Amino acid sequence: MRFADKVYALPINTEYVEKVIESERPDSIMLGFGGQTALNCGVALHEKGILQRYDIRVLGTQIDGIKVTEDRQLFKEAMIKSGVPVLHSISVYSLEEAQKAAKEIGYPVIIRVAYTLGGRGGGVAYNEYELQEIVQRGLSLSMVHQVLIERYVGHWKQIEYEVMRDYKGNSVIVCNMENVLAMRVHTGDNVVIAPSQTLNNSEYHMLRSAALRATSYCGIVGECNIQFALEPESEQYCAIEINARLSRSSALASKATGYPLAYMAAKIGLGYSLPELVNKITKATTACFEPSLDYVVLKMPRWDFGKFELVKRRLGSAMKSVGEVMAIGRSFEEVIQKAVRMCDIGKDGLVANTGDPVLQEQDVDIESIEQSLLHPDDRIIFTVVKALKAGMTIERIYKLSAIDPWFLEKIKNIVDIEEQLRKSSFDEALIRRAKKCGFSDKQIGRCSGLDEIKVRNLRKKFGITPVIKQIDTLAAEWPAKTNYLYLTYGGQTDDIAIGRGDSRLIVLGAGPYRIGSSVEFDWGTVNMVLGLKESGIKEISVINCNPETVSTDYDISDRLYFEELTLERVLDICEKENPTGVVTCVGGQVANNLTTKLARNGISIIGTSSEDVDRAEDRAKFGQMLDSLGIKQPAWKKFTELAEAKDFAESVGYPVLVRPSYVLSGAAMKVVWGEQQLERFLTDATNVSPDHPVVISKFLQDASEAEVDAVSDGKNVVIGSIIEHIDNAGIHSGDAMMCIPPWRLDRKTIDTITDYTMRIGRALNVKGPFNIQYLVKDDEVSVIEANVRASRSMPFVSKFVGLNLLNLAAKAMTGKPLPAAARDMWLKTTGFGIKVPQFSFMQLEGADIVLGVEMQSTGEVACFGNSFYDALSKAYMAAGYSLPLSGSALITIGGQKNKEKLLPIVSLVSSLGFRIMATEHTAEFLKNNKFKDIQEVFKISEPDRKPNISDLLYERKIDFIINIPATSTIEKYVGMLYDEYQIRRKAVEMGVPVLTTAEAASSFIRTLEWLRNNTPTLGPLKNYINLG
Amino acid sequence: MLEDGSVFDGIGFGYPTKVAGEVVFNTGMVGYTETLTDPSYRGQILCLTYPLVGNYGVPSRDVKDGFGLPKYFESERIQTKGLAIHELSSTASHWSCIRTLDEWLYDERIPGIHGIDTRELTKKLRMNGVMAGAIEVSEQEIDVAKLQAMIKNESYDKTNFMPEVSTSEPQEYGDKSLDCIVLLDTGTKYSIIRNILRTGYRVVRLPWDATYEQVMSYKPKGVVISNGPGDPKVCKSTIKTAEKLIKSSAPTLGICLGNQILALAGGADTYKLKFGHRGQNKPCIDKNSNQVYVTSQNHGYGIDPESMKKTGFKVWFSNADDSTVEGIEHSSKPIIAVQFHPEASPGPYDCMFVFDRFSEIIKGIKDGKSKVEKQVEALNAQKDHMPQPAKSGRRKKTVEPKPKQQRRER
Repeated sequence: MRFADKVYALPINTEYVEKVIESERPDSIMLGFGGQTALNCGVALHEKGILQRYDIRVLGTQIDGIKVTEDRQLFKEAMIKSGVPVLHSISVYSLEEAQKAAKEIGYPVIIRVAYTLGGRGGGVAYNEYELQEIVQRGLSLSMVHQVLIERYVGHWKQIEYEVMRDYKGNSVIVCNMENVLAMRVHTGDNVVIAPSQTLNNSEYHMLRSAALRATSYCGIVGECNIQFALEPESEQYCAIEINARLSRSSALASKATGYPLAYMAAKIGLGYSLPELVNKITKATTACFEPSLDYVVLKMPRWDFGKFELVKRRLGSAMKSVGEVMAIGRSFEEVIQKAVRMCDIGKDGLVANTGDPVLQEQDVDIESIEQSLLHPDDRIIFTVVKALKAGMTIERIYKLSAIDPWFLEKIKNIVDIEEQLRKSSFDEALIRRAKKCGFSDKQIGRCSGLDEIKVRNLRKKFGITPVIKQIDTLAAEWPAKTNYLYLTYGGQTDDIAIGRGDSRLIVLGAGPYRIGSSVEFDWGTVNMVLGLKESGIKEISVINCNPETVSTDYDISDRLYFEELTLERVLDICEKENPTGVVTCVGGQVANNLTTKLARNGISIIGTSSEDVDRAEDRAKFGQMLDSLGIKQPAWKKFTELAEAKDFAESVGYPVLVRPSYVLSGAAMKVVWGEQQLERFLTDATNVSPDHPVVISKFLQDASEAEVDAVSDGKNVVIGSIIEHIDNAGIHSGDAMMCIPPWRLDRKTIDTITDYTMRIGRALNVKGPFNIQYLVKDDEVSVIEANVRASRSMPFVSKFVGLNLLNLAAKAMTGKPLPAAARDMWLKTTGFGIKVPQFSFMQLEGADIVLGVEMQSTGEVACFGNSFYDALSKAYMAAGYSLPLSGSALITIGGQKNKEKLLPIVSLVSSLGFRIMATEHTAEFLKNNKFKDIQEVFKISEPDRKPNISDLLYERKIDFIINIPATSTIEKYVGMLYDEYQIRRKAVEMGVPVLTTAEAASSFIRTLEWLRNNTPTLGPLKNYINLG
Repeated sequence: MLEDGSVFDGIGFGYPTKVAGEVVFNTGMVGYTETLTDPSYRGQILCLTYPLVGNYGVPSRDVKDGFGLPKYFESERIQTKGLAIHELSSTASHWSCIRTLDEWLYDERIPGIHGIDTRELTKKLRMNGVMAGAIEVSEQEIDVAKLQAMIKNESYDKTNFMPEVSTSEPQEYGDKSLDCIVLLDTGTKYSIIRNILRTGYRVVRLPWDATYEQVMSYKPKGVVISNGPGDPKVCKSTIKTAEKLIKSSAPTLGICLGNQILALAGGADTYKLKFGHRGQNKPCIDKNSNQVYVTSQNHGYGIDPESMKKTGFKVWFSNADDSTVEGIEHSSKPIIAVQFHPEASPGPYDCMFVFDRFSEIIKGIKDGKSKVEKQVEALNAQKDHMPQPAKSGRRKKTVEPKPKQQRRER
């Protein structure tokens, strides 16, 4: 048993946790390790008397302590009692009170809405006019009709401390961090540097002492994070909040210092004292100390706004990023450029990127730059570069952006070096300086007109190469046998000597979490490392740069390089390591994309060969292969001219799926329903040219989608499982609800899919994991694509079937035969496993929630059950859907065809006893179809007509919404269909479930029906796996 | 080149000159103005392990605390002989900044070197122990032989730094009406004076070689022996005074060098540590309560615990990492001492209660409150004495590129 003895895949709420408590009868519970969800659930368990009833002890910070940190008023009192100042704030219940409060506090003020879902509705008001607007909106959003008016200190420094404290009161600060974008931006969206850079001794230790006093007063036991705001021109400060749990910041602090916070917090929870615990890195000194860094660490968030239509990109008090990277180095310039590359957003650093606009003096729009500095969005760091290039002074940029001049000067240093690189020839001293400031070979090459590899060879001739340094928690003061490493140009000597090795592999991780690549690929990386170890590989190094992952725990691999996943850096590491090979098939698209480049540079790839990977990736080659195997795929073609594209679309018939290779703005893939739309998309969103071809394929409507996760050793193929999508094709596989085993596909289709998978796997000579996506329409199976790498669904399949696919893949890749017993295991399962995506639309202001071919979900849940609806009901709850058993449903359906299709579902809704509300046309249609008691309601855009949807939502009179936009059958955003969008947005903000496809509506309603007469089962994961 | 012959080529800053001294490293991540002015660094070349230095520049000496002592400095001048760092910040950004680190070193005629692999240097010192070395900042080709000779002549351990760091005349601080504590100045930091004043006494600061009789002539309620540089055994006069203090059971607090002097005076022995303890993250266990405190440290010598038998002293604090002695208390007399720096500055304020404990000892209070309570109190009191400096415009200094200099550390 590697981790827990028993795992329950269940929703984290009091109802389910109580049931688990009832059957397991634990004597203690830990609440601080599952984020806010677990903490809230713990407090609720206490409030409901459940912890008391079962006599359960809370380990770590006690409930009272948690409450102090969660309740604004209690927190304020606690801080004052421990001698820590807080910001002046006043709770108000009306606009008049708000105006009075704001006058007393002084503008600007920040308005925070009390008890709203997702912390939405607040904002910053600089004057009474703005106050009025925000307060009115906030009061209506708040469930208790209350808002908090607080002094706004956006330009103050935002400083965080990570505190460890044991039951005896021993406490240490593990790390402090400074937010580069000051208080203005939520720390989750901020660029964060550790340790703080602009604080002197007096400020650093003043806040440190305050952190210790505050956490001691709150009775923190274990780990917590405390946030301060520090006035930039004095020693005035305030405590903002305490998180009495492990947080994203703690994960970052752990990776930044090498101090395993969660591990130590767990030990402390069990009753160990800090001095009893040993520093895991030195294995000799105590854990009761404060790490000293001899490097700097920078965290940069990754946003994926490009995936969302209508989303507001502005950053502020609500977090919007979906992932982050951490860069380690010995100068600010080095870490910020590394971090930009790690984000994998098509940039090679802060400057000298492809497509950088050449700024002419006359077209510099200073005013727009100033606006962007004042109101930062995800491009803020690049805006600073733009401002510097436009000649704006540091002082001016500081005044507008609140970014400390120290950081600005460093960014300017990078801008200056770029200019020198562009002017001079290949000068040794300059290249050395550029490398120390984090310039990549690509950037240098772009400035001097050379390609990346040429630059690499030239600088190596000068002896300009990076060195390996260790992260040892104490700045080399004690000997440390650590394998936690980074590369830097800020040093002359490698910390470790790597000898010769005959069994040595490097596994590439997946980089930052993003939409489309999340923890699944980290699971893949970790299980591959463990599998390779099991298969007898002696030394394994991991390269990855995401502080939120397990693969970057230094005890997973023999050596951990916390580094960029770029060709340059992987080659640097290969030169130090001389590995027998590199594994690129578990790190998602990032690692996979390096396969051919590494192979071309003489690195051997472990697993499927780079030629075979290319045969799967290259559409033309893949198409040829399928033809020769006699396997169908939807008609497709590659185009470099608009006219040809139109002709093709006409010949196969609309709708078609369009994939440009270069995107100017918005989504990269789109379903197009007519010629006009095709023309508009291809001219507005992309350029069709020989350099940027566009692939167009026939889009099959009403087809179902299935996929297969499998492993091959080159001869034998083991199928992990066939997975059926609950949604129809057209919704990205990452956003689709999925089911194992298939619940609708017939035997013949399953046999065909199995046969195709075996044949494609063999034809591609796959050695390792692969995934194939299929379309099924009218009993005909065609292939969408094959990915010769670990897939997003492999952890789900592995957990459900009880067969670790990555472990099998490791065997296959090291030349071991696949065990016969692994075959067809999925067919022996008895239960159902269902995966439901988790969306973050609430946090993404403005984003439309209608799904499409571009992935938008930010996470997923999976639950298991004895029947389809048993599993589905739990998965819905786990993903945060409320499943009402009675109440009202709002139904609004666009288009005649949709309306007809939905009729049986609407009648089921009605027969379940839900009151039905409908908008004008839908209501008329339903009445014509003999539905009685339909309440007609009016659009949000007609606020004077009552009853209005907007009011009904605020009054919580709608329990769920079926909103099938006409757009999905005609085209998205014709005439904006603004009303429907508004309904969806409002509903999301109010936490009301919205079902936007017929299939989603149907499975949701049938789940409600099932729940009428059934109770979901409850059991640990292994109960659902029948291993026969 | 260090004593062992290794050479670190870097970029010179500060004052162009050559110096030799004992090379030591400090792992603190903030507080270079406090560190550089700590008299305990007399005779040493300091290497900071944190790579980015000079970020917040250097504040004015005119910023004073509530007692009229300079807030950001620990003595009148830079005490280290030289400074070795990884990267000198090209810019200094802080509201309190009036000049850059580079300018400050230049003004005080101290040479510095940056752009060297300080982690490698630190590892050498850790593995081989502290050793002599030299820095030369020069535009000319550096004469290696001359520097080697300088290193050879360097004898840190035998040097008596007292005449350089101690006050030559008695000095008084605080309200005349208050009871007095005599501070034997063996190279004291301002923060020790600050903290004695905080506990409600006035301070009479006497030269390191003041006799017992001279000390007693002020009728002090207690005596503090300060921190300071070098081998404690060199401070013969102070040890003699301390012997009499012990004999007469005068309430005494020793800090750092003062701790070692009290141990020697009591008959115990001291020895030189391989590479010392210098940093702000050092855990010390209070042997009475088993509570652990994070302390600020700067010492190259330690008390031999074996030699403490029969001296009447027992171990009060010990280092949680290597079990070295970090504090002693007398089993029958009102005498306590700590090896770390309870006055912080630079470093954590967690142990300021040591001063309060001393005050209780003077008053004859038997360990009334818990250590934690005292800690919180001390923190609060310390806060009260944090002046809010007058608002000033944000100042920013940029390092002017100097003519290209040759530089070398040995």
